[in-house]
This record gives sequence, C-alpha cells and structure tokens, in this order.
Amino acid sequence: MSGIAIDGVSMVFTLSGGGEVHALQDVNLDVREGELVSVLGPSGCGKTTLLNIIAGFLAPTAGEVRLNGNVVRGPGSERGMVFQQGALFEWLTVADNVAFGPNMAGKPRAETRDKVEHLLATVGLADFGKKPVYQLSGGMQQRVALARCLANDPDVILMDEPLGALDALTREKMQGLVLKLWKDTGKTIILITHSVEEALFLGEKLIVMAPRPGRIEKIYDLPFADEGMTKSPRDIKAGSEFVARREEILSMIWEMEEEIMGQATG
Amino acid sequence: MSEKKEPSDIAIWLGLADNAFTRQKTAKFGDASAINSGRFYSIIIVFGLGALWVLTSIAGVIEPFYWPTIGGTWNRIYLLVTEGFRGVPLWEHVGISVFRVLSGVFFGALVGIPLGFAMGLSSVARGLFDPVVEFMRPIPPLALIPLIILWFGIDETAKIFLLFLASLFIMTIAARSGVSSVRISKVHAAYSLGASKAQILRHVILPNALPEIFTGLRTSMGVCWGTVVAAELVAADRGVGSMIMIAKNFLQTDTVVIGIIIIGIIGYIIEILMRYLERWLIPWKGKG
Repeated sequence: MSGIAIDGVSMVFTLSGGGEVHALQDVNLDVREGELVSVLGPSGCGKTTLLNIIAGFLAPTAGEVRLNGNVVRGPGSERGMVFQQGALFEWLTVADNVAFGPNMAGKPRAETRDKVEHLLATVGLADFGKKPVYQLSGGMQQRVALARCLANDPDVILMDEPLGALDALTREKMQGLVLKLWKDTGKTIILITHSVEEALFLGEKLIVMAPRPGRIEKIYDLPFADEGMTKSPRDIKAGSEFVARREEILSMIWEMEEEIMGQATG
Repeated sequence: MSEKKEPSDIAIWLGLADNAFTRQKTAKFGDASAINSGRFYSIIIVFGLGALWVLTSIAGVIEPFYWPTIGGTWNRIYLLVTEGFRGVPLWEHVGISVFRVLSGVFFGALVGIPLGFAMGLSSVARGLFDPVVEFMRPIPPLALIPLIILWFGIDETAKIFLLFLASLFIMTIAARSGVSSVRISKVHAAYSLGASKAQILRHVILPNALPEIFTGLRTSMGVCWGTVVAAELVAADRGVGSMIMIAKNFLQTDTVVIGIIIIGIIGYIIEILMRYLERWLIPWKGKG
C-alpha cells in the first residue's frame, strides 16, 4: 500500500538523571499518498519526536512506521525534510544548496543544473542562484529549503515548523507557496506547526496532539486547503467556519496547557 | 530650526568628529560599536615617540648602551642589510625563523586537524587522546625546550618539533570544537537528502568546521612566532631570536632593538595576512 502507516508507535526517553518520559504512547495514523497533514499541539506533546521517527532519526521503542509498505529503519532521500531555520549550508550558494541532493547521488551535472533553475523559478528565486544563502532574508532562505527538498523528488516531505521563525506577513505568503507546491507536485506532506491558523489553513487533515503521554487527541478533516486554491487566504481565514474551528482548537489546547500547569503546581 | 554644520572630511578621517555611522550612537557612553578611530591621537603618539627618539639622539642624553641613537641604528641597519650579522645575511636570519614557524604550523595542522576530527566524532579517540591533550594544553612550549634539546640536540629538527608541539594542541582543540559546533539540523538535512556518512563528513562537517580551524591556524601562527624567537634565544646560531641574544653578548644594543622591531613587524604581517586569507577563503564565517 502507498502512503505512510504509523502503527502503534511509542517512544520512551530515559532521562540522564534516571526516570522516564513517555514522549509518545501508542500513536496510530495513516497518511494517504498526496495528503497534506498538519500536526498541532502544546509543547511537549511529542510532535517533533513523531516527525523524527518518521524521518528515521529516532527508532521508536515500540511499533513501526511504514512508507509504501516498507518499514522505516533510518533516514532516506525518499523522505525529505524542511526545518525551521539554520539548516541550509551557508558555505554553498543558493543553487548549490538546491543541488545538494542530486550532487550527492551523483546525478549528471547538466540535468541537475536545469532542475535547479526550474525549482528556483518555482519558488520565486530565479535570479538568486549565485548568491550565498546568508545574504538572503529569512523567508527567502525557507524558499531555498523548500526547493532543496524538492530537488530530490522525495515521496514525502516532512516539515518541522518551517515557517516558525518568519514574521507574520512573510509567513502568510509562504503558506500560499506551500499550498501551491503541494498542489503542483502532489507530494505527501506532514507539517508540524505551533500556529492553529496555519494548521487549519494548510491541513487537509489536522492532528491535535496532547502531552503526558504524547498522543493523538483529535483528528479533523478540513476543507480549507482545497478552498485555498480558488479563494483568497484572507477570506478563508475570516470565514465563520474557519473562525469557529480555530476557537474550538485554541480552547482545547488552552485546556491542555492549564492541565500541565495544574500538574506542575499541584 | 538652525542648520547643523557638517564636520569636514579631514576631521572625520582624523577621528576628531563623528562620521555618519558613529554619529547615530544612542548612548553617550558605553556603546562600544560607535567609538570612532581616534586616528589623530594615533598620529600624535607615533610622531611624538619618533620625535623623542630624534631629540634624545641629537642631545646625546641617553647612553647608546641603554638605547641606541637614531643615526647609529640607521647605520647598523645598513650594515646588517649589506654585510649581515656575523656572516649571515639579515634576510636569512628572518627567513629561517619564518620557515621554522611555517613548518611547525604545517605539521601541527597535518596531525592536529585529523586528530581533532577523530576526537569530535569517535568516543574511542576522545577517550584515548583527551587526557593527553588536556594535560599538554596548559604547558607552555618553552618549558619543553630542555627535554627537546636532550632528545634532538639543538639542530633544526629540535626547533621544528617544538613548534609542531606548540601548534598541535591548538589545532586539535580548534578542529574538535569545529566538529562539535555543527548544528544537528544540518546533519539531519544532509541525511534526508540522501548523503552517506563519508559525504556528511566531507560536505557538512568539514566546511562547518573550517572557520574554527582557521582561527586555530591564526592562533598557532601567533603562538609559534612567539615561541620560535624564544627558542632561538636559548639555542640557535641563526634566526632573529639568536641574533638578538648574540648581539646582547657583544653589547650591540642597536642590533637588539632592530631585532625587536623586526619581530614586531613580522608578527603583525602574519596576523594581517591570516585575516585577509580568512576573509577570502571563508566568507561565510559567523553567518550560519
């Protein structure tokens, strides 16, 4: 079967001073091929741990993750990643960053050059190929990160707070770009975010996770990502259904936070 | 509203008036980034000291035994350049010292960089070498001279081995800290882009460590330059340090002073060259 199957995944971390933390407990989730799933939750709910397990950086203490039926046993180029910031290679130019994956795989130079040129145009950086990445703004750097990930043509793109460090306006623009790239490429995307609005706007499916132990609290199926192709983002985010969902999820997360605070003080 | 008078270009160049940047300081005292060059005072002090030397030379108030006259120094420079010092041309004294430093730093880097990488990436290497490196680090290279003379005598090998040791530990520690400074998200990104372990080492960890390796090279150069002069004071027949020491025995204060000036100038040139090289080779330093 195609897509991602997360099957009974648990993750227990042992603390250096003794004691254990249940970062994830029996998480089950199926992600269809071509689906955009956003994952939301308060700090400590294990969402980054879950992403690291899917990426293959961490081995779960129980359960397994399968991609197209194959069990994930380590990192691989079929699962691309986009990080928050600072994951670009500052010693390379913009074009060389994007070409990193194909170059490591030993693809023909000419083919890679064409691909990089095309991708840079897609993310709106057509004339920036020869620049060093550190001369670019934060938003532009994240465009490079998206292009670098796409250059490898992965089956799945895992995004760990990719827009988290950007200012509000740039962030909205980049959400539009993520949506466009998703529609154009048909990639499966799992997006982790702290922003309720972003999770609602981009996710076809929205996973709300809860902490202690990290688990899936609720799953929403949402229409907004599809609407985003035709309607303006501002209109969607101001719509009554969107606002209602946002308030519902926000109060759910507030409750979780208060519960944690109660546990901590009580 | 009264028009504010722009300071003249000369006043700005001399540092007597604030330039367009330092004028914007938001604190009258304490904003260290907005201090101007104060070049006027640099000029005063350099010319002042020069004038003092000229005046005392003319007046003849200082015994040449303590401090040479400017005329005597000039004559000595001429003699040193044309005839050399004790049969060895001046450029050879300078050249041999520089050669020793470059050799020492070269071998120090050759061994130290791989060693630092191994210590940063493997717990076996860290366990093996950590006690040695941490023990050797605080020992000044000069304290090793007696032992090295006992082992190697006083020939060229001894001096280069001493400088090798001086730079080895600096380079090892620099390379190790360069390796440790790699951000895990960069390594993760490379793995998820399909890079192998060897490719991660070559294309992520090495370039990421280069700025710190270069800082290590710069420090090594400085330390080795200081060490070579001191080592030559103890045991050598050629080199700037030995020139000073032998000149002292013959009470040639002017040669001593010239030697000291040469040491200062060469040290300064090394530092400037290394900074220039760094900006040229590693423009991404501090931009990660």
